Amino acid sequence: MLDISGVSVSYGAVRALDGVTFSVPRGSITAVLGANGAGKTTLLRAITGLVRPSAGTITFEGTDITRLGVEDIVRLGLAHVPEGRGVIQELTVDENLRLGALWRSDGADRKRALDEMYELFPPLAGRRRRLAVTLSGGERQMLVLGRALMSRPRVLMLDEPSLGLAPMITAQIMALLRDQVSERGLTVLLVEQNARSALSIADEGIVLSLGEVVVKQSAGVLAGDANLRHHYLGF
Amino acid sequence: MTGMEQRLRAAWDRVPPLGRRVATAVIAYLVLILVANGLNRYRDFQISEIASFAVVAVGLTVLTGLNGQISLGHGALMAVGAYTAAVLLIHAHIPLVLVLAACVVSGAVVGAAVGAVAARLRGPYLAGATLALAVGLPQIPKSYKYFGRDQGLTINPPLPPKWLGDTFPLERWGAYICLLGAVVAVFLLTNLVHSRFGREFAAVRDDEVAASLAGIPVARTQVVAFMVSAACAGLGGGLLALVLPTIGPGGFTLTLSIQLLVAIVIGGMGSLPGAVVGAGLIVFLPGWSDSLARGLGFSDQIGANLSLAIFGGVLIVVILALPGGIADGLRRIRRLFPVRTRRDTATAE
Amino acid sequence: MHQFVDYTLNGISTGMVYAAVALSLVLIWRSTRILNFASGSMAMLTTYVGLSVLDRRASYWLALIVALGAGFVIGGVAERVFVRPVENKPPINAVIVTLGLFILIEAIAGMIWGNSRSRAFPAHFSGRGYGIGSTQVAFAPFDSFVVASVGVTLLLLLLLFRYTALGLKMRAAAFEPMVARLQGVRVNVMLTLGWALASMAGSLAGVLVAPRTLPLSPNYMEAVLVYGFTAAVLGGLESPLGALIGGLVIGLSQKYVGAYISSTYEVVSSLVILVTVLMIRPSGLFSRVAPRRV
Repeated sequence: MLDISGVSVSYGAVRALDGVTFSVPRGSITAVLGANGAGKTTLLRAITGLVRPSAGTITFEGTDITRLGVEDIVRLGLAHVPEGRGVIQELTVDENLRLGALWRSDGADRKRALDEMYELFPPLAGRRRRLAVTLSGGERQMLVLGRALMSRPRVLMLDEPSLGLAPMITAQIMALLRDQVSERGLTVLLVEQNARSALSIADEGIVLSLGEVVVKQSAGVLAGDANLRHHYLGF
Repeated sequence: MTGMEQRLRAAWDRVPPLGRRVATAVIAYLVLILVANGLNRYRDFQISEIASFAVVAVGLTVLTGLNGQISLGHGALMAVGAYTAAVLLIHAHIPLVLVLAACVVSGAVVGAAVGAVAARLRGPYLAGATLALAVGLPQIPKSYKYFGRDQGLTINPPLPPKWLGDTFPLERWGAYICLLGAVVAVFLLTNLVHSRFGREFAAVRDDEVAASLAGIPVARTQVVAFMVSAACAGLGGGLLALVLPTIGPGGFTLTLSIQLLVAIVIGGMGSLPGAVVGAGLIVFLPGWSDSLARGLGFSDQIGANLSLAIFGGVLIVVILALPGGIADGLRRIRRLFPVRTRRDTATAE
Repeated sequence: MHQFVDYTLNGISTGMVYAAVALSLVLIWRSTRILNFASGSMAMLTTYVGLSVLDRRASYWLALIVALGAGFVIGGVAERVFVRPVENKPPINAVIVTLGLFILIEAIAGMIWGNSRSRAFPAHFSGRGYGIGSTQVAFAPFDSFVVASVGVTLLLLLLLFRYTALGLKMRAAAFEPMVARLQGVRVNVMLTLGWALASMAGSLAGVLVAPRTLPLSPNYMEAVLVYGFTAAVLGGLESPLGALIGGLVIGLSQKYVGAYISSTYEVVSSLVILVTVLMIRPSGLFSRVAPRRV
C-alpha cells in the first residue's frame, strides 16, 4: 500500500536517511524502530511531505507522492501524528478534534466522526470545552490520536506515541491502535523507541540505524531473536 | 614593489595601529580640505551635509551592524543635537568647540535614557519603541516658543577666522568644521570597533547568552552602544545646525530616520566606510532623482517623491534579494566592491 | 462635569480608531509574528483610493467599500509578495521590509495624489455634536459612526475566529503552522488571508481619521500608527479584545492629559505609557518563543 524505495534525505551536509526501502502492507501495523537519531522521525516527515527526499520515491496506492505537498498528501488519506504530539494548546479539546477533519467537505460526516471520537475516548468527552493545555500526557495522546482519526485516514503514522507516558497508558494506546486496525482496516506505521510495546502489537518490524535499514523482519521473528533484540533494540 | 616602496611599507607596518590611524586621519582631513577648496560654495554646503550625516551614520552602523540593535529614532536624536547647538548659539556665546561638545553630551544623555529602555527590547519591539521616539520627540519643540515652534530656530552660521581672509566663503568654513567632525568621529569609532568594547558589542549581537556566560555585562554593553551612537547623532545634528539656515521639527522626520537606516543597510551594516557612502546617498539622491524625473518629463509631484520611493524600494530589494539576510549581503557586497580609499586603510586593520 | 463627559466621549471616539489600528497589528502579529510597520501607510493609500472614488461624485458608502476592498487586496498582496520571503528569517529582515514598504507606499501616494491636499475628506455624517436639551455634547453622529463601525468590525472578526471553520483554520495556522499543515490546512493561504483582513481593519481606521485631518498628506497616518502600536502593545499583541481595550485606554488618556494638563503632553503621555508597558513586559509574556535552555 505504501512503498518507500531508495529514499535519501539530507539536512544540509548531514545525511539523515540513506537508500531506505521497504513496503507497508495494507491493514498491518509496521513498527519502525531504532536508536535516537537513527532517522525514524525523518522518515515519517519525508512520507508526509514535510521534508523533500533528495533521492528515491514514495508511492501510496500507486500514486507517486514523493514531491506532493503536505496538504495534498493528507487529503489522499495519510494522517501523521508528529513527534511531540502536536497538540495545539491554545485551542480547546473540541477545536483540536474538529481541526482534524476540516478539509473534508461532508459536514454531517464530520459531526459523526466527532461523536465517535468522544465515544472512543471518554476522558476527552468530559473536557470538551477545556483548553488542550490543561490535559495530561495520556489525554493529549488520545486527543491527537482522535484528531488524526477524524479524517478517516487509510494510513496512520505515529511518531513515538509512548513518549512520556506511563506503561499502563501506553498499553491502552497500543491496544486501541490494534483495535482500530481490525475495525477500520487501518494501516499503521508506528515509530517507537519503546521497541517492546511496539512489537507487541506490530505485524512487521523495520530497524533503522544511522539512516539505513538494517533489519526487515516480521515482528514475531524480531521479538524472538535475542541477538537482534540486544544489538539494535536494547532488550 | 621597488626597494623604496618596500622600505616605506615596512616602516608603516612597524608603526602601532593607533599611530597609523592618527596619521591616516590627518592625511585624510588634509586631502578632504583640499577637495573642499576646489569646489564651489554649493558643493561645499553639500560636503558639510554629507559629513554631518556621515557622523550619524557611522554611529548607527556601530549600533545596528556591530551591536545588533535596530533604531528608527536617530533622526530624533539628531534633533536633540541640532536644537542644543541652536539654543547655545543663539543665547550663549561660547566657543564653537564647546557648543559641539555640548551636542555630543546632550546626545549621549538622551541616548543613555533611550538605551536603558532599549536594552530590554528586542527586534520588532525595539523598532516600534524607537519609531515612537522618532515620531514623538520632534513634536516637543512645536509647543514651545523657546524652540521656535513649527518654524524652528534660525542661527547665524559661524564666521571663518580672520586669518583665512575676508572673502573666505562661509560654506567652505562650514565644510572645514563638518569634515573635521566627521574625521574625528570615524577615527574614534574605528578605535572603538577594534577595541575590547567593539568585541563585546559584536559578542552580544551574536549570542547574548554566550556573551553573558563569558562575563560580558549584556545590558550595560547595549546601553553603551546606544549612548555612543546617540552621541554621534547629537554631533551630526549639531554640525548640521551650523550649516542649515533653520532647524525645525520638519527637518527631523521619521522619514529621515528611515533614510539613515537605508544608508547603513546599503553601505553594508558594520562597515564604517560604507556608512559614509550611505550618507552621501542621503544627500545626493534627492537631487539626482529630481533631475531624473524632470529629464524624463515627469511632473514635480513625482520628482519630489522619487528619491523616497527609491529608498523604500532599495530597502525591499536588498532584503529580498539576499536569502541570507543582511549579514550575508554584507559579505557579498564586500567581495564585489573591494574599494580601497585612504580611510579604508585605517578601518581595514 | 459636562466637560469631563465631553472629554470622555471624545476619548472613546479617538480610542476606537486606535483600536482599529491596533487590531490590524494584532491580527498580523498573531498570524505571522511580524509587526507591520507599513500598516499606517497601507491604510493611507486605501483611503486615498476611496477619496478618488468620492471625487467622482460617488456615494460615501461606495467609497468606503472601495477603500476596504483595496485594503483587503493590498494586505494580501503585501504578504504574498513582500513578506512571505522573510517570514522564516530573523525578525530584523521583516522589520526592514515593512519599513521599506512604509516609505515606498508614502512616496507612491505622494506621486499620485500630491503631498498636500487642502480639500477635506467628506464625512457623510455630521461632525456637529448632538444636542441634548440645551447643551451640545462633543460627540457627533460621525463619532457614533466611528464607534459603531469599529465595534461591528471587531465583533465580526471575533465571530469569525471563534465560530467558523475558517476562523479555526486561521487560528491553528497561526499557533502551530506545521501541525496545521498536517491537518490539511493550507497555511500559506491562511496567512495571506490574515494579512488581508488585518489590512482591511487598518483601512477602516484610515477612512475614519481622514475627515478630521487637514491638510491631508501621505504621512497623516504616521502618528496614528504609533498610537495604534502603543495600544496594541498595551492590550497584549495576542488578543483582538486587548486591542480594543488598549485603544480605548490610549484614546482616553490622551484626551484627559491634553485637557487637564496640557496639549503638549498628549504625545508624550502616550510615549510614557508605551515605555512603561515595554519595560514591564518587554516581549517576555507575549513571545511564544520557548526560553532558551543553556
